[in-house]
Amino acid sequence: MNVSYRWLNEYIEVSDLTAREIAEQMTRGGIEIDVVESLNKGVTGVVVGYVVSKEKHPDADKLNVCQVDVGTGENLQIVCGARNVDAGQKVPVAVVGAKLPGDFKIKRAKLRGVESQGMICSAKELGLNDKLLPKDQQEGILVLPAETPIGQSIGITLGIDDEVLELDLTPNRSDCLSMLGVAYEIAALTGREVKLPNTSVMHSADQASDHISVSIEATELCSHYSARYIRGVKVAPSPQWLQNRLIAAGVRPINNVVDVTNYVMLEYGQPLHAFDAAKVAGGRIVVRQAKPGETLTTLDDQERKLEPQMLVIADAEKAIALAGVMGGANSEVTADTTDILLESARFDGSTVRKTSRQLGLRSESSARFEKEVDPGRVIAALNRAASLLEQCAEGHVTEGIVEAITKNIEPSVVQVALNKINQYLGTSLSKLEVEAIFLRLGFEGSLDENGVFTITVPTRRGEITRDVDLIEEVARLYGYDNIPTTSIEGSTTPGALTKPQAIRRDLRKRLTDSGLNEVISYSFTGPERTKLFPALTNGAVPVRLAMPMSEDRSVLRTSLLPQLLEMAVYNRNRKNENIAVFELGSVFHTEEEVLTHLPQEKHRFALLLTGNAVQAQWNRKAEAYNFYHAKGVVETIVNTLGISGSVRFEAAQPEGFHPGRTAAVLLHTEAGWTTIGYVGQLHPALQQQSDLPDTYVAELDLAPLYEYADFAIEYKTLPRYPAMERDIAVVVDTAVQAGRLLETASETAGELLESVRIFDVYAGEKLGAGKKSVALALVYRHAERTLTDEEVTELHSAVVTKIEQTFGAELRK
Amino acid sequence: MKERLEALRTEALQELQGVANPQQLNDLRVKYLGKKGALTEILRGMGSLSAEERPIIGQVGNDVRASIESVINEKQETFLREETETRLREETIDVTLPGNELPTGAVHPLNKVVQEIEDIFVGLGYTVAEGPEVETDYYNFEALNLPKNHPARDMQDSFYITDEILMRTQTSPVQVRTMKAMNGKFPVKIICPGKVYRRDDDDATHSFQFNQIEGLVVGPNIRMSDLKGTLLQFVQLMFGKQAQIRLRPSFFPFTEPSAEVDVTCSQCGGQGCRMCKQTGWLEILGCGMVHPRVLEMGGYDPNEVTGFAFGMGVERIALLKYGIDDIRHFYTNDQRFLNQFGRM
Repeated sequence: MNVSYRWLNEYIEVSDLTAREIAEQMTRGGIEIDVVESLNKGVTGVVVGYVVSKEKHPDADKLNVCQVDVGTGENLQIVCGARNVDAGQKVPVAVVGAKLPGDFKIKRAKLRGVESQGMICSAKELGLNDKLLPKDQQEGILVLPAETPIGQSIGITLGIDDEVLELDLTPNRSDCLSMLGVAYEIAALTGREVKLPNTSVMHSADQASDHISVSIEATELCSHYSARYIRGVKVAPSPQWLQNRLIAAGVRPINNVVDVTNYVMLEYGQPLHAFDAAKVAGGRIVVRQAKPGETLTTLDDQERKLEPQMLVIADAEKAIALAGVMGGANSEVTADTTDILLESARFDGSTVRKTSRQLGLRSESSARFEKEVDPGRVIAALNRAASLLEQCAEGHVTEGIVEAITKNIEPSVVQVALNKINQYLGTSLSKLEVEAIFLRLGFEGSLDENGVFTITVPTRRGEITRDVDLIEEVARLYGYDNIPTTSIEGSTTPGALTKPQAIRRDLRKRLTDSGLNEVISYSFTGPERTKLFPALTNGAVPVRLAMPMSEDRSVLRTSLLPQLLEMAVYNRNRKNENIAVFELGSVFHTEEEVLTHLPQEKHRFALLLTGNAVQAQWNRKAEAYNFYHAKGVVETIVNTLGISGSVRFEAAQPEGFHPGRTAAVLLHTEAGWTTIGYVGQLHPALQQQSDLPDTYVAELDLAPLYEYADFAIEYKTLPRYPAMERDIAVVVDTAVQAGRLLETASETAGELLESVRIFDVYAGEKLGAGKKSVALALVYRHAERTLTDEEVTELHSAVVTKIEQTFGAELRK
Repeated sequence: MKERLEALRTEALQELQGVANPQQLNDLRVKYLGKKGALTEILRGMGSLSAEERPIIGQVGNDVRASIESVINEKQETFLREETETRLREETIDVTLPGNELPTGAVHPLNKVVQEIEDIFVGLGYTVAEGPEVETDYYNFEALNLPKNHPARDMQDSFYITDEILMRTQTSPVQVRTMKAMNGKFPVKIICPGKVYRRDDDDATHSFQFNQIEGLVVGPNIRMSDLKGTLLQFVQLMFGKQAQIRLRPSFFPFTEPSAEVDVTCSQCGGQGCRMCKQTGWLEILGCGMVHPRVLEMGGYDPNEVTGFAFGMGVERIALLKYGIDDIRHFYTNDQRFLNQFGRM
């Protein structure tokens, strides 16, 4: 809603306040004013002139030499290039010394040898928004009405010495979609009176009901339909003042009849419609739902296919308007119109909303009906428009209002106790203070001996239905700034993170402290991308958005890795070649093709490493990421969570991963060993496709980690007896997994084995093809005593024998 | 014999004067004090001395040995010191060459902000609640007093999956879920951080995916003044002691009264600058008293308990806090962007 400051003064006396002061007060009161804009874009010294004569320029075909009277006694000679300039016109004249928008100064000039003492201006040159001007005024010079006084400042003529407040209204304040509503709001904020417009008409003797009738068939969708019959209108451009106000409000003037309906809509917030009465068959208005297959060509010349739930205004034969949305071309007011049927009605908001959405037709009218118009203004607006049509279109208003009412809407009565107000807000307002606020709002009411206010809420504020709504009114008029700041009373509560929240915090800290960056990727992805790593999606059907913005953001991610891949490519394209990142986020799994239940949201951890782990520096060589970096990150996680003993890695060949460089991560749970994710190299084909070098990734389900994570630290007393270390190197087939050697060593040696570590793996010609040597360091220790050489030797031999037997290993001497 | 000893002393001391290196010094030690050295040689003749002379000469011999030894030790120490100095000089390195840093990574700036806010509220006695990102229409809208066809609710703004299921457009559904889970018990004191989704064309200030943090307190006698007190405490912990708040009436379907909250501009301290559009204030929060209908839908009697709720956009706070120019950086994860957040 755009509110002209000058126009506003018609409804409330605010000339002692500047537009900016009003804006500030309204904003602090809850109606945000985005901008206060001056309509004058920098015009000074432009006055109304009368073109006395026009002659062709002697040396230029396209120029005219005009003599213009600007009321100074002497005519000015002005050279003008506009095609539409003519003798007898009233026009805006920028005299020498005038200024136009863009700091353009008018000087005495010679055009092709002829002196010009100023400039005749177009609307655009005066800084007017030409989109809001009638078509014939968009080109050439602006021609003003004949009655405009010569010499008048153009600022007054065009009403541009004015400022406009642009209201950013919240959905509950549709009452301020009208000048009157804004006036009531300012009245409440400043304690002033609202002045209502003149709605009186000079009825002619003729009875409206002799000409027109109204009936509502769709009783649920229209609570009130009223009409007046106005004869003998002369359709013409509106008076300048009316046009100026419409333009200030951002509405394009069309003709006096349409302009009056728009003007009253802006005044009252009640949209009106004028039908050419001659085109309303039988003079009958029927408010009904559209018939199957019915069509209507609307005022914008579009043929609309109507659907049965849409509400239409029909005459005896056909639909003639889409109720509250747009009129029909078949009943349009044109230059030939003489009699009009003026409509003021109250249509169901959600029906108007649905219709306008469905047809993609949003108008000033539908915007107001959608939010339910004030039932108290239907008749007032009708009368106001009739009054203006008398004034501006020479209409004769026939006697009486023809109307149908299906539901009487009474003002709501709401109770609120003074105690409750103060308890709710934390204030200590007195009875008198609260009473004064209701008075300023124009809410009538009474206070009983128990301190309960009974308030009759005017219908213009229909959204106020409960005690808290009244409390809000009191609070905002008392001023939110005046409400004290207090602390919550009552017992304190302990704050804490849950275990999963704490785990994510710990992991985030551990991993970033180790050099990884955390990323957050989009939850939406392309359907193709969800197919990259089937092992990570458990056969989930990707959840598809009903109306995606693009195909590559049309489904919910079923795993994190495709998103990290996208991120890696993005970074590589920007020459960020060394990437070490992880993400903690949800993936969405369902088996349903069409969701009837919410999908499962699984928390996941994902990792991506590519490029160099260590950059070449003067004292060390570059080191590229490899599988063991990625595995090391996973091991660090399970160590941090205290479950390294319950996790093992097994070679695996899931799709999308390098078949020889990938491990399943298994966690020992109540159900036995369970795969919780994978760590490995990206499949080389996928690497190539994404133009990535060797890239190592991992993705893990977090839920089992949340469940099994063990933060309890069990202290073990420091050893008092010495350890004995024995090394062995065994030659085995390349296929033998080192992890199995470690497990065998541990199992065979039992409790006395404190630790076992692989300190070398070697393959070479000396060993022969298909063989490798693995060197293990075993540390034996007894907690209670010093081990003897004999018992260690015996135990160690057992380990060696077991490894030899199990893996066909040969001891390397 | 005494004379011979004294002569030896003189000779030895004189010869030691000219010693140039540890090798020579050692040679002289052997020559004079060694088992077959000159001093031993002379003292061998002690046997022929009388019992009276023997201790006297012995004394002289010891004296001579001590004085030679003392000079030799002194020399030896000097050589050792010089040798150490030389070695240390040779070991000198260029300390201006760069060191081998420990690797450092960064928590994502959005999570950095979330963690900071969580920490503040956990310190104030709140717990952190979470809910699903894919929500039912009921929890996302209806239970928040936004019935179907409510003007404030726009199909076009939401990512629906079916008629009844959508990507949550706000973290507020977690409020209702939490209230229901509390089963009528109070107080409720939670904050809910999380991702939300709204149909919006991405540009420097808009993203279809973003993060919110929402707070909810429900209990007997929760007042709007408590809301103001809580928010003031929060912004002063988050933005510094000088930060003030200003509440402007606003509208949210799930609160009544509702307010937008401005905080003293962190850039100019309220003087007015480009960031705050010369107003001295930055709008960062929405809040209000929980609407009685929402309390009812959460299983509470609005005559027994009241509550307040507040919510803020994490991206907006991160943009303001770090002066970031483009919201899309949060989701494209350019390493050069992320690397800037590695500090404490």
